[in-house]
Amino acid sequence: MDAAALRNKIVKSALGWVVIFIFFFPVLWMWLEGLKTEPQAASTPPTIFFTPTLQEFQTVLSGDFPPYFINSATASLLSTLLVLVLGLPAAYALSIRPVKRARDALFFFISTRFLPFAASLVPLYLLARDLQLLDNVFALAAIYTTINLPLGVWLLRSFLLEIPHDLFEAARVDGAGFGNEIVRIVIPLIAPGLAATSLICLIFSWNEFFYAVNLTSSAAATAPLFLVSFISGRGLFYAKLAAAATLASLPVLLAGWIAQKQLIRGLTMGAVK
Amino acid sequence: MRASAASVFGREAWRRRLPLLPAFIYIFLVTQIPFVLTVYYSFFSWNLLKPGSFQFAGLQNYADLLTNESIRTAVWNTVLLTLSVIAISVVLGLAVAMLLNSEVFGKGLMRTLMIAPFLIMPTAGALIWKDTLLNPLFGLLPYLLSPFGLGRVDFVNQFPMVAVVTVEVWRWTPFMMLIILAGLQSQNPEILEAATVDGANAIQSFRRITLPLVRPFIELGALLGSLFVVQTFDTIFMLTYGGPGEDTTNIPFLLYLVAFQGFNIGQASAIGVVAVIMTTIVATFALRTLFSIFQIEARR
Repeated sequence: MDAAALRNKIVKSALGWVVIFIFFFPVLWMWLEGLKTEPQAASTPPTIFFTPTLQEFQTVLSGDFPPYFINSATASLLSTLLVLVLGLPAAYALSIRPVKRARDALFFFISTRFLPFAASLVPLYLLARDLQLLDNVFALAAIYTTINLPLGVWLLRSFLLEIPHDLFEAARVDGAGFGNEIVRIVIPLIAPGLAATSLICLIFSWNEFFYAVNLTSSAAATAPLFLVSFISGRGLFYAKLAAAATLASLPVLLAGWIAQKQLIRGLTMGAVK
Repeated sequence: MRASAASVFGREAWRRRLPLLPAFIYIFLVTQIPFVLTVYYSFFSWNLLKPGSFQFAGLQNYADLLTNESIRTAVWNTVLLTLSVIAISVVLGLAVAMLLNSEVFGKGLMRTLMIAPFLIMPTAGALIWKDTLLNPLFGLLPYLLSPFGLGRVDFVNQFPMVAVVTVEVWRWTPFMMLIILAGLQSQNPEILEAATVDGANAIQSFRRITLPLVRPFIELGALLGSLFVVQTFDTIFMLTYGGPGEDTTNIPFLLYLVAFQGFNIGQASAIGVVAVIMTTIVATFALRTLFSIFQIEARR
């Protein structure tokens, strides 16, 4: 590498790091505020140097936060499982041995994902009210399944299309049925696809707020609703707020970082690899 | 003979269809029936707080929408919010993607840190911006800006739409960056080198080679992004609660207010139908782009 190229690289790196720092700073600040004491978090000028303490994290974890967290986990994991169970056979029927007019079916699935939440909220609310399903974490999981199933079908299909078709022909000669093919060929070969699908389902259902705030109140309230109670905080609970925000964001942040490679494919429903 | 062949084909067709049915029926029941009901309710005057108020109202709810100041404001705010968030985050996302596609130190770590804003729970992100960064008394930004004679600016109240757009741009730039970066990485570096050898300068090679190549990716990012941004609710709920006044009330937030603060089911349903019409226009383009990219992939 000659001197000009190295200088070019240094300039670009410096510029890049400044931009990254600006974008990452709110996250970093959230972490720092969470590690402060309340007076430090609400001080003027802002406290930059301090001895970190886990005090507020302990306060949040020993307080009323855990039930919200558990509700989020229940709704997210349950709906993710349902998406895989319903979505994998559907993706199979749209790729390996496609039904007639598979393209129309694909179009139908994805068009439901683009239907605004606002279009179905009122009837779902009334229905849940009449069936005594308001504030029910399973009802929430059922709704999250409809949000994620279209994405799941598209994404799983894009992975299924990558399996060499000969494998299915060979299995068929051996007399393997649908269930056998799924267990012996599909699941082992598209493990990354199942992971990517789970990740996308987790991101969307864990962070979901619109249905959660309108269909739950206390028993089934999820993690984002715990944060709502801080809206009116006037400088009193910043450290606790930041600790709660950090904890609420942690599962998706970690999952997204670990599965970075799958993220782009998941977000574009398999269109971009 | 012919009949039995047909029944074999029929059985085969059903065998193929069977794995599809559970997902299909599930989605159909939970999305299409509520939507039809929304359309149905939109023709009724119905307030949940007034028992017996369920009455056919014809197009009255829609007529009310046409003369209603709030809905016009909400439509305008939705369009303004969506267009500015998408435009700004595409430009920033393209810039960051190009930086990350060039020779820089710590590329992997940069990418990892950059996607964090997209992964952070939107409710948490909005709360952090509102209370610890933008708060006029204790926030970091007013403090950092105070030496420049701006005083303690109350961003959220004085420039509410700018505040909402800022938080949303912060969240969606990483999304655009990821998609555009994938496009840049599919580019053959030898073509760029050849262009440099041919004497093309940086701007020329960007306009003639890079931009045409990433254009489908920019379109895909912009369209998918706008389908999400049109539905923005969490950020507005946490940051401004639609205010001050109706300055940041968009369609989803207005529907929330009408349905769950006003309990006006008929009016809320009509707003839902308007939301569907607005989204369908964007979604049609999005689907076309998605399908064209899938065809490109298939041809490879």
